[in-house]
Amino acid sequence: MRRDEARGRWTLLAPERIFEVDATAAAVLELCDGERDLSAIVAELAARYDAPAGVIEKDVVKMLGDLKAKRVVET
Amino acid sequence: MTGHAPPPPAPPIGVLVELTHRCPLGCAYCSNPIALERPGVELDTQTWAGVFREAAALGALHVHLSGGEPTARRDIAALTRAAAEAGLYTNLITSGIGVSEKLWGELVEAGLDHAQLSFQGADKATNDRYGHYDGAWERKRAFASMVTKAGLPLTLNAVIHRGNLHQVGAFIELALELGARRLEVAHTQYYGWALKNRAALMPPKNEVMDAIALVEAARPRLEGRLVIDMVVPDYYARYPKPCAGGWGRVAINVSPSGKALPCHAAESIPGLEFWNVKERSLAEIWRDSPAFRAFRGTDWMREPCRSCERREIDWGGCRCQALALTGDAAATDPACHKSPHHARIEAMAASEAEAPMGAIRWRSYKETVEA
Repeated sequence: MRRDEARGRWTLLAPERIFEVDATAAAVLELCDGERDLSAIVAELAARYDAPAGVIEKDVVKMLGDLKAKRVVET
Repeated sequence: MTGHAPPPPAPPIGVLVELTHRCPLGCAYCSNPIALERPGVELDTQTWAGVFREAAALGALHVHLSGGEPTARRDIAALTRAAAEAGLYTNLITSGIGVSEKLWGELVEAGLDHAQLSFQGADKATNDRYGHYDGAWERKRAFASMVTKAGLPLTLNAVIHRGNLHQVGAFIELALELGARRLEVAHTQYYGWALKNRAALMPPKNEVMDAIALVEAARPRLEGRLVIDMVVPDYYARYPKPCAGGWGRVAINVSPSGKALPCHAAESIPGLEFWNVKERSLAEIWRDSPAFRAFRGTDWMREPCRSCERREIDWGGCRCQALALTGDAAATDPACHKSPHHARIEAMAASEAEAPMGAIRWRSYKETVEA
């Protein structure tokens, strides 16, 4: 994940691809550090945003699933 | 001229640097210009490092370290490091020939993000024939293995023509076997050296359509395993491709000696003035250089492009192809069905594809380097 200063946004870069990263996605991706598993990521986000873990988990799974289908993240 | 200055263009997304035109392969469809540049005129490490910093400051995100064969540069690890330190996403576009384990380790350590490896065929005989290099197959496979062992993402690039079109399915299998995340199925584009070999390389339309259908059928099946990007052969297309994403719109190509080009073949268009990164900043070149301004946007267009609803999708297609096939770089790309030349081009392609496959003129760095 990189800061794109010229366009004022965060991006996820892949070969021939640029994914614009919004604030929600950035919060998820910065927790994808290769150490935390899904439940740890969900727990951290649920605590940080005071939201139900079930709702958060659904969103995280969908987002990472999309990126996985595009071969941008690995699980 | 006193007219209004045009608004500054949006920054480029990527910069492709042809670090050298030296290359061990002899591909019949080589995308480097007809007149190759000599090693003596190549930019030095520090100058390239400055180009990378300027590219990042301008807003570019990707740098494609290309050639020729970029690893023919002795300073390729230092160049990779400089690009990574500038904050660019670094993509090495390589034949895989000549990259030792030691050099590969240095590239990874320098911060390389991704490797794109070419294959000329999906088996040893086809690969080594069309790369014009005996033993390339084993070396390419060894390179792929180093990339995946290091955990770096790997793309396989296959340039497709009459001699290997039947292997599109086998290229997909090869990409899966080697652990690539992405495969480029790039049908040959006919300018420069490839244009010289067009009659030998042009595939028949029905086989092209079958190969496209094969890729489209494979995509959903391979979701999550392999992404397949396809560049279609535009002689048989209905609409032209937006060459380089639109002239002077998303990409800059820099030649070994530092000439900044809107696309790799732009020097084939006579009368364009190219500025050099040794003399001007990349930002100034991007904004003001006559070559980048020549076909930027839509003001240069004539009919049928000017009033076309796709003018900001196709951007008029490819200027080099328009020149090569119609003699006029500002004409509509004849790959478009609206071009008055389209029927003639498609008929010519069909008749070339039906004729027996003629002799191939292999590329040779030694023979074609400019005097």
